[in-house]
Amino acid sequence: MSLIRDADLVLKPDRRPFAALYSRNIRAVIERGLMATRTSNAAIMISGFVEPVLYLLSMGIGLGALIGTVQGPEGTPISYAAYIAPALLTVSAMNGALYDSTINVFFKMNYGKLYQNMLHTSLGPLDVALGEIFLALLRGFLYATGFTIVMAAMGLITTWWALLMVPASVLIAFGFASIGMGITSYIRTFQQLDWVTFIMLPMFLFSATFYPLDVYPQAIQWLIQVLPLWHGVELLRQLSVGAFGVMTVVHVLYYVLMIGGGMMLTTNRLRALFLK
Amino acid sequence: MIQNPSRPAVIVADQLTKRYGDFTAVDSISFEVPAGESFGLLGPNGAGKSTTMRMIGGVSQRSGGTLSIMGLDPEQQGPEVRAHLGVVPQEDNLDQELKVRDNLIIYGRYFGLPMSYLRPKADELLEFAQLTEKSTARVDDLSGGMKRRLTIARSLINDPRVLLLDEPTTGLDPQARHILWDRLFRLKERGVTLILTTHYMDEAEQLCDRLIVVDQGRIMAEGSPAALIREYSTREVLELRFGADRNAGAADAVAGIGERIEVLPDRLLIYAHDGEAALDAVTARGLTPLTSLVRRSSLEDVFLRLTGRSLIE
Amino acid sequence: MNNHEAAPSTTGPSRPASLTPLVPHPPATSARKTRRFGSWYVAEQYLRAMKGYLDIVIAYSVGNPLIYLFAMGVGLASLVDANSGTASFDGASYLQFVAPALLASAAMMTASGEFTYGVMSGFKWWKTYYGPLATPLTPQQICQGHALAVAIRILGQSIVYLVIVLLFGAATSGWAVLSILTASLAGLAFGLPLMAYSASVRDDKGQFALVERFIVMPLFLFSGTLFPLSTLPWFLQWIGWISPVWHATEIGRVLSYGYAEPLWLSVVHVLYLLALTGGGLLLARRVYARRLEG
Repeated sequence: MSLIRDADLVLKPDRRPFAALYSRNIRAVIERGLMATRTSNAAIMISGFVEPVLYLLSMGIGLGALIGTVQGPEGTPISYAAYIAPALLTVSAMNGALYDSTINVFFKMNYGKLYQNMLHTSLGPLDVALGEIFLALLRGFLYATGFTIVMAAMGLITTWWALLMVPASVLIAFGFASIGMGITSYIRTFQQLDWVTFIMLPMFLFSATFYPLDVYPQAIQWLIQVLPLWHGVELLRQLSVGAFGVMTVVHVLYYVLMIGGGMMLTTNRLRALFLK
Repeated sequence: MIQNPSRPAVIVADQLTKRYGDFTAVDSISFEVPAGESFGLLGPNGAGKSTTMRMIGGVSQRSGGTLSIMGLDPEQQGPEVRAHLGVVPQEDNLDQELKVRDNLIIYGRYFGLPMSYLRPKADELLEFAQLTEKSTARVDDLSGGMKRRLTIARSLINDPRVLLLDEPTTGLDPQARHILWDRLFRLKERGVTLILTTHYMDEAEQLCDRLIVVDQGRIMAEGSPAALIREYSTREVLELRFGADRNAGAADAVAGIGERIEVLPDRLLIYAHDGEAALDAVTARGLTPLTSLVRRSSLEDVFLRLTGRSLIE
Repeated sequence: MNNHEAAPSTTGPSRPASLTPLVPHPPATSARKTRRFGSWYVAEQYLRAMKGYLDIVIAYSVGNPLIYLFAMGVGLASLVDANSGTASFDGASYLQFVAPALLASAAMMTASGEFTYGVMSGFKWWKTYYGPLATPLTPQQICQGHALAVAIRILGQSIVYLVIVLLFGAATSGWAVLSILTASLAGLAFGLPLMAYSASVRDDKGQFALVERFIVMPLFLFSGTLFPLSTLPWFLQWIGWISPVWHATEIGRVLSYGYAEPLWLSVVHVLYLLALTGGGLLLARRVYARRLEG
């Protein structure tokens, strides 16, 4: 412990871009997240992987017995379980990413006071946001890997291309996480968060997850095709059987743009989100 | 302690303002804090003290005015400024999901400090906070006082040059308060600049070289504790209680005794250079208060004089 | 708390405050009234608090049935009916088949939220149980009052649900109205034992998330809701037998489209639901008493 001299008290400005928001220390936020998982909530972490598996077992076996086969992406018939499995993986990527970037962020901000204590240090809001998004994606990656293994065990995987579902679901999670954090910056009360979950429900059920889009009138079909979940479902469904086309590129591009837009929104809203 | 005007200003606030919608929490306040000073913000709850602290720490955006911390604007250079600050917020915001010692280590990682520095430093700070036995406990299992000590220890992990303490001893027992005051004196000897808010006048008198009295977002007075008492109060105060509903009536009866009289709901205050003499004058008028007390003037009296209200309501 | 009524004779808006001080009725009266109506006073407090988030409660009560009935009863039905026809469901359409199941599941879902986080909030986060405890109210009444308020919410939600079921044309019999009661009963049969468990939890370390994932979700997915229980392999069918949702769903099918089932089995469904509800309440009362008085 040395004595503080006057020269120590005149700081030089940092000329990097984003110096007000970013201290190049995302790593500390990630380290903290991993340590917290190890100390406090490993069981819950692992259990998150169970939900899509339960849906797959229930609907794949139970409904599969009633429905039999449906038309796959190439027009060839596939089992009902093989039809819904990629959709369930997409939904799980969306749910996980949105949960982490909305409810979880809101709670840590207002109740756990975690971000207050992070921002009293030399961390900037951008370090915190990127660190949290990275953790959400890491979790999404682990769930996707687990789910793909379950699919393989159930005999639902017929091509090596299906392995691409894992990075693709991380891409999908990234899209939702980047938008989710931007949305959270506008949220003031817990009740408003209930609305976010409420809006996710129809997207989950209507985006060609459990049955093809053609039950709807044309206008509704267009509406659903504008929403992100449908693009994710279709992308993973194509990857699961290794059937590609122009639309594959469109789906990927959709998410790339969504990530770009979401990150811009989130970065712009960082002050509103973290520095009130 | 005499402040040294030749030392550079660590904090310069000029017409600093913070508004939340229609509500003005901090209303155009200006002050300077030179290096090595122990500077206090004294005021009741809701006076704008914590908001000012949050703006200094760069975690709240100001609505107007300018602010410079060690020559930088905390809004433009937040990470750079905060790297040299230690912050003790009003409410403990410890990481509930981590164990006690890990709280210190991870907090240090936020400053980018290496583990080789943090491991021994964390043990040293646990010692300082008398929490060595609790190092693997969950934060939830600590008592209120222990949490406070851990928060204070945590703020020292980066050897800060400026320490911001928002109501540091609220929730501590008297013994723990005195230990903390002693630690703060030692930091001050090393040249750490201390900025603290408090609504305890004894704490302000003990710790602050200089302070500002704030109320409703404005500065009411500024100076050393002794100078403020000299300027706004008398040497002694006589406190009289006549019983509920009778204090106001008694005020007329004691009129003229001392330099000034304040009527509070539960008691009468007579400001006088010599309290005992004032008490003699009261009894000479045939008045018999239920209780009487002569004491030295404090910052509480300064605040009452400036705002017409009690500091702790 | 709201357990004092104003003194009957003198109150009026224009009465000057200084004339006669307001006097509550004697403590003995308070004690007597509280013994009789205490649970209702507690329930009143909860229902008043619910007004603060009434908009989202209504949105869920109306939106949920619309979304689920459309997705399952219309969308998914297009696949099911095309592939297996109505033979699988005793001549009923898939929409008619799933409607009673969705109704009962919604009651369970609402109960699972209210009787986990709501209970934790009462003991720990907002400490709402400890205010009434300082009045003549007993811990048992605090428990019953909270349960009563949730029961009222579930009943209201089930009424709305059934109206929407009827609008979808998903019930062919007037008896369907009775499934409001059986579905609500399923909510309580599941919720009250859960309430007893939640009251025994001291720290939320994520137990409720586990309940959600390992109990609520499986009960929704494996209770003969979206397909007949007999479609499942035999080693999974036991989930339906213990599940309040399955019992309420089966009886709901009997009521709403005349699903054929022996009478004794229908009686068993109702008795099972009543037993879980009653047993759960007794258990919850005991846990509340131990925790609030201990």
